Amino acid sequence: MTSPQRSLAGGLLLTSILLLLFFTPTDSFAIPVFARKYGLPCSACHEAWPKLNSFGQKFKDEGYQLRNEKDAPIWLRPEFWPVAMRITPHWHFESAGRTAVDSAPSGEQTINTSGFDLTGIDILTGGTLANNISFLLVPSIDVGSGTVGFESANVRLDNLWGSPWLNFKFGKFEQDVPLSEKRMMTLSNVGGAYQLYHFVPPGDANTDEFASLGENQLGIELMGHSEDDHTRFAVSLLSSTNGTPGLPFGRSYDGYLHLSQGFLVPHLGLQRVGVYGWAGLRPTFFLTTDGVPIPGAGRGNRSFYRAGVYGSVYIGKFDVTGVYQRAGDNVFLANATSASPSAINQPTVLPVGAQGPQWNTGTIEAHYTYSPQLFIIGRYELVRISRQVLASNPSDFGNVDVFTIGYRYYPFMHSRDGLAWHQEFATENFKGLASSGRDQRFSSYFMGFDFAF
Amino acid sequence: MQTSHRTIFLSTILAMFLAPGVAAAQNSGVASGYPVPKDDLTPQQRTGEGLYKRYCIGCHGLKGDGNGENAPYIDPKPRDFTLAQFKCRSTPTGTLPLDSDIISSMERGLRGSNMPSWLPLSGDNRQDLLAYIKTFSPRWKTEKPGTPIAIPPEPEVTADHLRAGQALFQKLECWKCHGVEGRGDGPSAATLTDSKDRPIVPYDFTEGHKFKCGKTDQDLYRIFMTGLDGTPMPSFADNVKPDEAWDLVFYLRTLQPMHTKEKAIAKQIGLKPINPEAAPAAAPQQQQQPEQQQQQQPPPQHTR
Repeated sequence: MTSPQRSLAGGLLLTSILLLLFFTPTDSFAIPVFARKYGLPCSACHEAWPKLNSFGQKFKDEGYQLRNEKDAPIWLRPEFWPVAMRITPHWHFESAGRTAVDSAPSGEQTINTSGFDLTGIDILTGGTLANNISFLLVPSIDVGSGTVGFESANVRLDNLWGSPWLNFKFGKFEQDVPLSEKRMMTLSNVGGAYQLYHFVPPGDANTDEFASLGENQLGIELMGHSEDDHTRFAVSLLSSTNGTPGLPFGRSYDGYLHLSQGFLVPHLGLQRVGVYGWAGLRPTFFLTTDGVPIPGAGRGNRSFYRAGVYGSVYIGKFDVTGVYQRAGDNVFLANATSASPSAINQPTVLPVGAQGPQWNTGTIEAHYTYSPQLFIIGRYELVRISRQVLASNPSDFGNVDVFTIGYRYYPFMHSRDGLAWHQEFATENFKGLASSGRDQRFSSYFMGFDFAF
Repeated sequence: MQTSHRTIFLSTILAMFLAPGVAAAQNSGVASGYPVPKDDLTPQQRTGEGLYKRYCIGCHGLKGDGNGENAPYIDPKPRDFTLAQFKCRSTPTGTLPLDSDIISSMERGLRGSNMPSWLPLSGDNRQDLLAYIKTFSPRWKTEKPGTPIAIPPEPEVTADHLRAGQALFQKLECWKCHGVEGRGDGPSAATLTDSKDRPIVPYDFTEGHKFKCGKTDQDLYRIFMTGLDGTPMPSFADNVKPDEAWDLVFYLRTLQPMHTKEKAIAKQIGLKPINPEAAPAAAPQQQQQPEQQQQQQPPPQHTR
């Protein structure tokens, strides 16, 4: 890989990372509206909100129902309004090492910045429309741009024919992933997103914007579980739009599958193992009018996949989850090259040495729940690229290591609302990504009040 | 630049280790809203205490007296553990339940109340919770649980059993609370109160597939032989013989909304709802003797 190519690839990745860091909504689901409805403290459903415990997971799997025959809205007090909000005013420090700077003598320097800030605000609404029919609607407002998006908007039909194995979800929803990013316990720019779901190798054009397990997707899901929720499955058929409304890409569909089995170990708790996989197609070119791509007219589909195994171990108050994921993108997708020679205004010949990238991700996340009011988290993620986008790239180019540590302290615990004091430090290193070819490191320190009411 | 990152890293880690230490200190004391743990708790009770605060305290309250912060908004009201009085038991009325009775309630949840099924908790956790719940009442130290009632094998359903059950339903005046069609709308329904003098409604057989204390025929048998302590539902153990109890079970099944063999037989024989004004129908021949014995005893009084 030549130096200009490396710079370009590095620049593209840096741009996408910065976009990801600054525009990834840190919304997550901890919904006091359910606590208010049922009179249960936050800690009944959450190890520490927003992370679900086994009881909360079952409540969610039942379609936000306790199934005590008081789930239907008819049992609610008329003044009850199923809406909650969440936002996190905070102070954070960001450091971006070896950033290309025109005025720097070496062409690179570390950019440090800090200040008071806000996350996006989530408006969390959800509940039952009738027995075994429920909904979740999560409008999200970006505080920077003021734009409103719909993080989730779905209707669920649960326990069809009285069976817990037949539950349908229709609309926009989070995939049933092993580590929920919407219930993530870390919020900083570096630590607030899983590489597991967002990483693509430098130069890969099938970026996070087009295919990310971290984004809620549009589609239909069949989900089932045993009475005790130990055995679970979810299978989804998704539009190949990465959750973007308006069918902007092509006309294909993705498929997602997740199987898991939990088992109780005496004196330790509920352990779980599972497998998951996501495969789909994305267009490699668009039909155009006067050279302008026609939305929804993507053609020349090529494939990508993400597949993983995981295990979750509880030892009393300590729990650790390990995930291994293998991922790959088709060579045409990764190199932004049309798979059809008839495409107009788009490259139709692969660059020299072009390859379909493949990479492996390992994630270890550990928690210590001292009490429902104090929760400590540590996470290490690594990504190792086994096949680069271009054969000329160094074999370790773009490899990532991310380390995150933090804690959340909840000064009170009841069923009306929630407040957490959050502190977190996260740092990540990208191999060879600086314009000089040296490693590039980003770090975040975050502290703030996370509240939902 | 390396030094800069190392300094940031070390400073941050130091600050972050100090802060949760302060938080932990806060968390273990009264400042957090949690009481200082009692000294005399066993390790299992201590574990149960933590679980109780996580899951149960919102309704059942810090003292286990059913006065949690959500109690005012809940109907029916949460159980008062300080009385050690439980609705769902396999033991006679007035006695303490078996551990398995309380565990079963935790696993099943209580239909029609805010008490959900805690099946997702581990068996160990449920045992820990039970151990802690028992610390709320001195009765658990001074009394033994009652002897579980015996449930004889369930006989085959016949038309005669249904007719006998219906006669009992009228004779025992079940209809006064539960209504002639089991809708929970009997003439006494609006006046019922629980042991704390709070209004309480009788069970509507036509709405529910499950009962508060289970869903099987055996569960239903057990409910009226043990009674639901703390409610107006008395124990009929002294007034109803085992065969008669099964007759009543079969008849009550005809009032429920789902399709049952009892309902099919009732339809076949044209069983109509009782007429409270009329004398109870004569039971079939093979049921005569127990009924004659019943007639010598007055119907049980509702307990308060």
